[in-house]
Parts: sequence; C-alpha cells; structure tokens
Amino acid sequence: MAQKAIREADGKRMMSRLLTDYTGGKFPLKNRYVTIGPDTDMKKLTTKHKWLLKEKLVVKPDQLIKRRGKSNLLLLNVDWKEAEKWIKARMNKEMTVGKTTGILNYFIVEPFLPHEQKDEYYFAITSVLEGDMVFFYHEGGVDVGDIDAKAVKMLIPVGEMPTSADFEKKLLGKAPKDRKKLLADFFEGMYKFYADLNFAYLEINPVVVVGKDVYPLDLAAKLDDTAGYMCGKKWQNIEFPSPFGRIRTPEEEYIDMLDTKTGSSLKLTVLNPEGRIWTMVAGGGASVIYADTITDLGFMDEMANYGEYSGNPNEEFTYLYAKTILDLMTKKPNKKGKYLIVGGGIANFTDVAKTFTGIIRALREYSDKLKKQNVKIYVRRGGPNYATGLKNIGALKEELGLDIEVYGPETHMTNIVSMALKKGGK
Amino acid sequence: MAAKKTTQKKTEKKSYELFDNTTQAFIYNRQVAATQRMLDFDYVSERETPSVAAIINPTGRDGMEKFFFGPKEILVPVYRSMAFAAKKHKNVDVLISFASFRSAPKSVEEAFEIKQLKTIVIIAEGIPERRMKELIVKAKKLDRVIIGPATVGGIQAGAFKIGNTAGTIDNIIECKLHRAGSVGFVSKSGGLSNEAYNIISRNTDGLYEGIAIGGDMYPGSTLMDHLMRYEKNPKVKMIVCLGEVGGMDEYNIVEALEKKKIKKPLVIWVTGTCAKAFTTDVQFGHAGAKAGGDAETADAKNKALKKAGAVVPNSFDDYAQKIASTYKKLVKDGTIKPKPSPESLTIPMDYAKAMKEGMIRKPASFISTISDERGEELYYGNMPISTVFKRDIGLGGVLSILWFKKLMPRYATKFIENVLMVVADHGPAVSGAHNTIVATRAGKDMISSLVSGLLCIGPRFGGAIDGAAQMFSSAYDRGLTPQEFINEMKVKGINIQGIGHRVKSIHNPDMRVTVIKNYAKKNFKKTPLLDYALEVEKLTTSKRDNLILNVDGCIGICFADMLRMEFPKETADEYINMGALNGLFVLGRSIGFMGHHLDQKRMKQGMYRHPWDDILYLKE
Repeated sequence: MAQKAIREADGKRMMSRLLTDYTGGKFPLKNRYVTIGPDTDMKKLTTKHKWLLKEKLVVKPDQLIKRRGKSNLLLLNVDWKEAEKWIKARMNKEMTVGKTTGILNYFIVEPFLPHEQKDEYYFAITSVLEGDMVFFYHEGGVDVGDIDAKAVKMLIPVGEMPTSADFEKKLLGKAPKDRKKLLADFFEGMYKFYADLNFAYLEINPVVVVGKDVYPLDLAAKLDDTAGYMCGKKWQNIEFPSPFGRIRTPEEEYIDMLDTKTGSSLKLTVLNPEGRIWTMVAGGGASVIYADTITDLGFMDEMANYGEYSGNPNEEFTYLYAKTILDLMTKKPNKKGKYLIVGGGIANFTDVAKTFTGIIRALREYSDKLKKQNVKIYVRRGGPNYATGLKNIGALKEELGLDIEVYGPETHMTNIVSMALKKGGK
Repeated sequence: MAAKKTTQKKTEKKSYELFDNTTQAFIYNRQVAATQRMLDFDYVSERETPSVAAIINPTGRDGMEKFFFGPKEILVPVYRSMAFAAKKHKNVDVLISFASFRSAPKSVEEAFEIKQLKTIVIIAEGIPERRMKELIVKAKKLDRVIIGPATVGGIQAGAFKIGNTAGTIDNIIECKLHRAGSVGFVSKSGGLSNEAYNIISRNTDGLYEGIAIGGDMYPGSTLMDHLMRYEKNPKVKMIVCLGEVGGMDEYNIVEALEKKKIKKPLVIWVTGTCAKAFTTDVQFGHAGAKAGGDAETADAKNKALKKAGAVVPNSFDDYAQKIASTYKKLVKDGTIKPKPSPESLTIPMDYAKAMKEGMIRKPASFISTISDERGEELYYGNMPISTVFKRDIGLGGVLSILWFKKLMPRYATKFIENVLMVVADHGPAVSGAHNTIVATRAGKDMISSLVSGLLCIGPRFGGAIDGAAQMFSSAYDRGLTPQEFINEMKVKGINIQGIGHRVKSIHNPDMRVTVIKNYAKKNFKKTPLLDYALEVEKLTTSKRDNLILNVDGCIGICFADMLRMEFPKETADEYINMGALNGLFVLGRSIGFMGHHLDQKRMKQGMYRHPWDDILYLKE
C-alpha cells in the first residue's frame, strides 16, 4: 500500500482517455499506444491497430527503466517490420541496465513524432507534504540534467486548484511567448487529471508542442494505490509492475502465492543462495532490523535472504514458509557451516507458541540435513505464550540433536545475530 | 454509575502534554477487545476513572456495553453520534478512530467539528495520501494533533494507553508501563515500539511516553513533532527515537539538534541500512519506507544525526547499550533520581484464557455429540462437510449421521429418502395442511403457518408411524401369532395402529404402500416385522376390505426392520420410543406444508372465514 509506479503506456492511455474531461475537450490525444508483452500475439496486432503499418514508429521497453535512451533501449523512426524485429530480438532476453540485470518482456510502441529540439519542454508534478510541487523547464529531453537545480518550481498548496493564468505567471516565464497560453492550459488540465486520479508523481520529459497540439513523448508516473477504492473505475485494469531486475525465483513465487492465500503476510527475497546466513523473522519492522544488523556487522555478502512472516499466520502456512527456507538453505552444503536466525520482537497479540509449531514441524522434517550441514540455529522471540514456544523449539536440541540456542525478551532482539556471526568469524 | 470521589484531579494540560491519568477518550467503532485492553491498563495503572468515556458506533444503536474494570464490571455508554457523545462528556479530548481506511477520514472531519477533541488517533492503514494531506492541513489550522494513520497509537506510562498499544497486559507489567519513567520514545513502527518499551524498561527507569506515528508517507504528526513535545516536557529526561529509511523527517531532527532546539540527550537509530544489499528498489513493510534518493537512505541519516550530536549506535545491536549508558550518565549527574518501582495490581485472568491454559475446569452445562462447527470445517459426526459432498452421502446420509449417529449403508439412507418423499404431502384437505393454509390466509409468516400445521401431528394425524412400529414389534417380540395379536387388541379395545384406511382397500391399493413395501422387500436382507404385519393384514382384510396395512404402518414397520439390522435391538427400540419415526413424518410433511404456504401466498389468497352455514349453532 503505497505509491506504485505504472507502465508508460498505461499512463498515456489514461491521458488519451480522460485528459479531455479535465480540459473541457481541449487536448484530445489519440490512443495510439500499444503494449507488447510476453503473451501478445504480434500477428494480430496490425489488424487491430492499422496505424502500425502506416506510421513511422518509436519502440521502447516499458518496465520502469530510467534513461532508456542512454542504455540503447530506444528505437526511433522505424516501420513496423523493423520494430517487430527489434522487439523479437529482445523479448524475454536478459539485459543489464546500470547495475541491474533483468528480463525484458514489456514494450511500448507509438507513432514517431517529428519535431525539433526547441519544441521540447520538461514538466513534472510530485507529491510533497505541503501539497504538490510542479516543475517546468523550457528545455526538455534526455539531456535536461539536474532538474532540481534548474527547473522553475511552483507549489500548489493542499486543496488549491490553480488556473491557467497561475501556471502562466508562476511557471512559464522562460517559455516562448506564443506558446505560454497553450502550455498553461495544458498544465492546468494535467494538474486536474493528476489530482483527481490520485497520482503521486507524474513526469513528462519531454512535452512536445507541434502546432496547436501537445504530446507526452516520454512519461513516468506513480499512483497512490490506496486510492484504488475511489479511482479504480477511472484507472481501469491498471497493473503495478515490479521494478525491472527482479527475476523471481520459483521459491519466491511460491511464497508470493502463499501470501495471497492468507490474510497474514509472508515475504521472501533470496539475495544470495550461496550465503551462509539465513533468516526467518517475524514482523515487518523487526525483519528489516535483523537484515540491518547483519549488514552493519559486515556480513552483507553472506546474507542469503530477506523476508518476514507476520499477522499471525496459522500453523500450516508457517510450516510451508519455514520449509521453503530450510529447503533453500540446505540445497548446497558449505564447509564453513551455516546459520539460521529465527528472530522476532515482542509480539503484540500473535500466539508465539502456536506459530512456532509450524516452524518446529519443518525443523523436524529437515533435521538430518541441518545436522549434516552444520547449521547452527539461534532463536529469539517474545510475546504471548513465548515461554511455551521457546521451550518447545528448544526441546529439539535434546530430541533431535539440533544445534539450537533459544532466547527470550531478556536478550536484546538482535543479539542472536552477533552471537552467530562472532562464532562464524570473518 | 454513582458519582465517586476522585483524588486524581484534571488539571490544565500544558501544550506539550497530550494525556494524563484523567484523560478520557471516545473509541470510534465498536472495538471490544481494544477497549478492554485500555481498561485493563487503567486498572493496573491505578487510574480512578476509565480512560474510555464512551464508544461511538455510527452503525449501531445507543446503549451500554459491559466491560471489566479490574475484578468489577462497569458499563460504558455507546452512542451513534459523536456530537451527541461530546455534549454528554465534555471532558473527553481524545478520539481514537478504528474506522476503516474508507471511513476514517470522515470520522476525523467529524471530530474537527467538535472543539473539545484535541487529539485524534487514526488506526487504519491505507488512507489515500492526498486525502491525508488535506486532513493534516486542516488539523494544523484547527490546532489539533493527529496520531497516525497506520499506527497502533501510543502510551503514556501509568496514565493513558491508546487502543492495542504495548500488547498484552503481561507485557505491559513486564515493561513497567503501569508507572511513569523518564524516557520519551517515538518511532514510526508500532510493532517495534513494543520491542523498544522492553529495551527501555531493561536499561532505564522506564518509559514516560511512547508514540508510534505510523508508517505512512504523510503521517498526521511527525517524529519531530513529538520530539519537540518531549524536549519541552520537564518530566522527560532523555529521548529515544527509531527512524526509518525513506522520507526526510530525520533531517528536521538534525537541524533541531544543530540549532540546539533539542538539548536533551537523544538516542536514535534509523533502520533500513540493509537496503544497500538489494540491487533493485525494495519496498519494505511501510508505505514511506523507500529511499527516494541518497539522502533518504538509513546510512546517510544515521551519519547526519551522529554529526549533529545525537547518540547513534553502530547498529541496532548496541542500541540498548547506548540507551543504558546515556541513562547512567543522567543518573550520575543527578538529572534522574531513580525511584523504587511499585508493585502493580494484578488483573484477574480472563476465564477463557485460564481455561485454555488448563488452569481451571468447570462441568459443562450442555453436551453435544452430533456436530461440531468450531474448527476450520463443519463436522457432521466424524465427517467433515467437504467429505459429505465428496462421498455424496445424500440427505439420507446426513439424516443418518445427525439422528442415528452413524452413516448407515446406502440401501438404508436411500430408504430414509424414500420415506421423506412419500410423506412429503398428502393434499390440502388433511388437517395439518388445512391449518397451514388457514394460517397463511390469516396473513401469517412462513414459520407460523408451518408450525400451525405441524401442531396437528399427533395420534390421529401422522402419529401412527411410531405407534405401528411399537405395537407390531412388541407383539412380534412377545411371540404372539397374528391372530393372538388381533385378539389381544380387540380385548383391550384398541385399534391397531397402522391398519385401516378411509378410502384405500385391498382392491384399490395405496401406491405409497406398494413403493415402500417393494423397496424393503428388494433391498433389505430380511423383513421379519413386515412379514409379520402382512400376515396380520391378511387376517384383518378378510374381515373388511379397507383394513389394510396403511402407509403409516408400512413405513413404521419397515423402518423398525431397518433399524434392527443396523443397530442392536435395544438401541433400535430406543430410537423408536424416542419418537424418531414421528420425526420422519414431521420432516417430510414440512415440505408439503411450506409448499401450501407458498402456494397460497403466490395466489394472494385472502383471509379465510368459515361459512356460517357450515357450522351448526346450537343453544342449550
């Protein structure tokens, strides 16, 4: 529940669908934005969108990637044949952009718009505590540079709706005279569009003016997804894609699936499957702190996963969650041994003994592997019924010979991390 | 409640104080558990008045709700209208809104209209940011304090607790939150604040006040707002804070430290230093927990805070040590004089909890053995409802389990279904159906009309099933020949139940009887009672044509045969004596009665009045 980025094509389609409603019919924008995803039938596209065969086209990946032009991910002024070839060459291929590697699988195709550099402007709105901040710069495009320093800014205080004249006066000092009115009208409409649809961020760079028409050439936007219950109808079937570069492992996808099945929360991100430090931590806040502590003590490279379970998941889900982690961590032995941190703060109302039964079941199932691979287990937890929970999990030491140490609220929450890591040595 | 002399006086609050031990709140939305937790806290804190003055339940009715205050029970008023509640309780200045994310903003706007509500707590998560910003601006204008959204709330030790803050009462006592210490705490996370109270209680003289502002991008009040209150409050001697990756709030703290606006010792740690371990953007649990730029990272914030003079640990791991050493310094220089901690009162354990933990026992007032709805799945006997359908045991199977406590074989459950089908209706003229129709036409509802018909069932209408089963099985068991049986009844002057029909006769057989009889003959392993009854019928029909084995008799006798195959004789007889067979008729015929009710309604039949000419009026 937060600000979530949307695809460029979705943002542009939303503009073409709704912007005229906010501008009294001005700025009609033809819906000529096609999304091509991994399941798109390319052959059928040209019958549905005949303009693809008539126009010169632009093709870009549409996966929340910044600075596509600089990463050679921009194809300009081509016909459909070339576009198709370009997309097919890249679809489902791995690609490294900056430091991030991911799979390309979504593209936007739109008509190429011939224009000159002087027709490009920078425009953005972003949510701030005091209201919304609008940015304008009279030169737009990829090379716009440090916009925070350069742009003209205009704060729209909470609850206010500026007129076209306000935009002209406060924002467009450096815009060409004959275009001020046009741009101001466009911005007035765009702000209404942005506010009413609960955008939290909207950047068009560049905005291009050709004659009396204004085009969004390149668009990036975030919606406040908590407003879904008010704006869902206007948003239509909007998708909030995960950021580029997250290739989900089957285990992560499995946990995602479990997560959607329960009212509780189950999260897993595998950072380094070869890592020696694995965590199984209760609580969103506590899990971050455990990961922090591993990082702060200098073991970032050994941290195998990030994740959390919270919201009182039942025994079955806790078991499946624990099992997934134990399975991952015992896939490959490591001579130096491994560490499992079963951590958590002091629960408010989660029955600790109850959630631990699921973890205990998984530990039993994997006890042979865990022993063979020298896995040292550290447990720390507090909250309702914690004493029983800790006693039960601690009993596995006697019963199965697992190497396990158990601590309650008298021990500082993250101390088990330093205990483990000190023994682990650098 | 009778007015009580109080020693805890309400005093004029300072601008930096939100609560004291006389503060009372309204709870918006009926939150029984949270309200009880607040009252439990009140009791162990030795408050004289409960901290909840009333519950606002906009969708309910005005009334009272019972709660515990320690070992005693008290009544808390419930109102539909917040404005009305405020008029009744002029001293209340806190609203704790448990409204959902959809209706929480409305509840806050409503509270804005009521001047006395100075502090408004929003528990809900997921309020749209644009909407929240509007509320923040309005609150500033009206000089109100908002805590939340997306928070558990906060606590002033020994004085006032918001909703579910600090978990169970055991935890509250363990963390010494029932009496005030000297530490002011503020964080975003509610879950971690509980952990922080534990740390503070173990390393200092305890918490003075703790607030969780909530994890949203635009919280109603910020870390800085509460830090400034603690700075101004002379009872707070040191401040502990937990920041978070994302947002710029911590830089206001840096500035306040640099400008000496915060002079009290401040121990602070910003969580999320692990973010650098991720190669892509990671959204942690909180909406605001995402670094938008280098300055918003936890590392940058921790560094800046340290530089500005805050006590910043190297990791969360030595957070406790830093708190302890800062506290010791204050004790050493005399700023804090530790006081002995008073024993807390104890809350009597809740009955349910004591039971669960096996500490008490009590004989049950009821016993039930046929079904159990308490688990994840409904059970009929030993069978989960999903299996009932998977095995397709039918209505007969369900009845078999619920009435006779075992799933009988298919021949038997099918027989049960056949019986229900056969008795389902017998036209509108029979007394029960007639009564149902008359009641329906008098404008009565389904249940009244049905019951009106069912109440006719007895010895003369429908009740012969039981009677026949009992009479025939008794005679058979005593070894009477059919003739002996008939003679015995004749001597006693009793009609044999299940024999005889008004219109049907040996030449004009009742098809219902034929159906039941044939099924039993074909599917039952043996039918000794039926065979016996047919011998009796031979004798009676030789006297008169219509003294046939009738439908009631046939059903009762076949059913007795069936029960005797499935159960020991004693058990089978017991079921018959308990009236199980009569139940079959009631159940089956209810279908017909309801049909008649619907039929009359459908045709919009008016009031029925019996015609005078059909009644013989006689005067004595």
